[in-house]
Amino acid sequence: MKDDAAVRARYPAVFSVPMMRRFGYAAGAVSLATWLISLCLWFDITPARLSHGMAGLFVILRQMVPPRPGSQWLDILQGLAESVAMAFLGTVIAAAIALPLGFLGARNVVLNAMVHFSVRRVFDGFRGVDQLIWALAFVRAVGLGPLAGVLAIVAADIWMLAKLYAEAIENADRRQAESIVAVGGTRLAVIRFGLLPQVFPVLLAQVLYSFESNTRSASILGVVGAGGIGLQIAERIKVRYWDEVSFIIILLLATVAAIDTISARLRRRLTA
Amino acid sequence: MSGQAASLEIAFLAHRRHRRLVGLAGGVVLAACLLVSAIVSEASPSALIDGAPRALTYFAKLIPDLRLPVLFSGTETQGSLAYWMYRVDLWLWLLFETSQMAALATLAGAVIALPLCFPAAANLAPRRSIYLLFRRMLELLRAVPDIVYALILVWTFGVGPLAGILAITLHTAGTLGKLFAEAAENADMRPWQGLQSVGATWIQSVRFAIFPQVLPNFLSYVLMRFELNVRGATVIGFVGAGGIGQELYSVISFNYYQEIGAIVVLIVLVVSAIDMTSERLRRAVIR
Repeated sequence: MKDDAAVRARYPAVFSVPMMRRFGYAAGAVSLATWLISLCLWFDITPARLSHGMAGLFVILRQMVPPRPGSQWLDILQGLAESVAMAFLGTVIAAAIALPLGFLGARNVVLNAMVHFSVRRVFDGFRGVDQLIWALAFVRAVGLGPLAGVLAIVAADIWMLAKLYAEAIENADRRQAESIVAVGGTRLAVIRFGLLPQVFPVLLAQVLYSFESNTRSASILGVVGAGGIGLQIAERIKVRYWDEVSFIIILLLATVAAIDTISARLRRRLTA
Repeated sequence: MSGQAASLEIAFLAHRRHRRLVGLAGGVVLAACLLVSAIVSEASPSALIDGAPRALTYFAKLIPDLRLPVLFSGTETQGSLAYWMYRVDLWLWLLFETSQMAALATLAGAVIALPLCFPAAANLAPRRSIYLLFRRMLELLRAVPDIVYALILVWTFGVGPLAGILAITLHTAGTLGKLFAEAAENADMRPWQGLQSVGATWIQSVRFAIFPQVLPNFLSYVLMRFELNVRGATVIGFVGAGGIGQELYSVISFNYYQEIGAIVVLIVLVVSAIDMTSERLRRAVIR
């Protein structure tokens, strides 16, 4: 213990925070507090409102147990099947459309930097539009039902997959492509035999991953009328059948978990 | 020599036949799945052919009516940028509100996830049962989409941003908790063992051995989640939970085509600006 003071004297920086940094911390804390308080005032977040809402939430949670399928459990099962089908069809179509786009966005396929850069920015721009916005638009365009959901999944997923494809293609080993060039292959042959065999398993893994995430999002598209289980949830929330809501949520969790497991196993086999 | 070449040829043919069979079987399974899902989701070819032109005309109507000679005229001239974006002040304000909702919800979610993530890390949890309990809890939080939370919370907290913020918070707590826990599982355990060997409590060990190691990772995950939450917050208003989504929902319902286009363009611009800033911050944090 008596060395303590000596150590402190020898290494002052270890034991005390410099003045400037302390000042920085204080300034950061004050601005964070100001930001929080102003947001609370703006959004009218008061303890009274929070506690009142929490009380209401507990009433709902109590009514959620035990979960009950209700009398229209067949509709629930159909909605669930619809959601999975929408996700599957949408992902497959988007995966096919995104393939040429992915090559177009890859630096080692499209050598012109301007073209490559602008193609990538187009992907980024469309990716900023959420799936639910697409869904709402397609519901207005083609009417209520799962078809709007499929189209929304396609429209939202193309850009995501195209970007992932492009990145995977850019990471491919160039030597294989160079050897095709060396034996006199055309540009298309370079892509087909030099790039595609290398990147195909990676692309397929990304499609599977996107299918997983689409099954999650397909479950909410019904909230805006684009088919699937979301419609069933929204309807039951509207009429406050909380026990049926919790039943659907549990069913949804099980489905998503099952699809995740299958897809994760497939992906592991692909990338292994 | 020729015998070797012949056997090689035979082996190659057999291999190719096998590959083709596997490919064919995969194709058949895929086609069957596609057929079933097309039937279930009512996406028959005729419906698609019927719907495609309608969708195209709909989206064509969203393209703004801009005319080059009057592009920079005032709000009164039809065909100018200002005419198209005539309510840009309101929309930008709503987008600012949306981003603040996302920021607050991300922060709150991270604050909830922080104490939950360490017991949910397999290498830190004092007992396996505790690890499993916290993992399941995070999974439960994560599995419900934020829109579903919002639908429920709008009942109890009323229409407005608060319900949206809480909905995003709950979902974020689940996703960040899982990411945090995985980061903590990859932490170097030697500082932990050092602290445990000198008799530090569990909380002290987490605070001084693990937390400093994983903090950059945590910050980068929080920023990434913030980007995703901004996107999520743009649509959470569809169910009445505040932000630009409420405005977008009403202009889509009323078929105000020009305004739909304008709002979507603004959303894309703001979202990509936030993404770029956040990506730069993330790189600085992780370095």
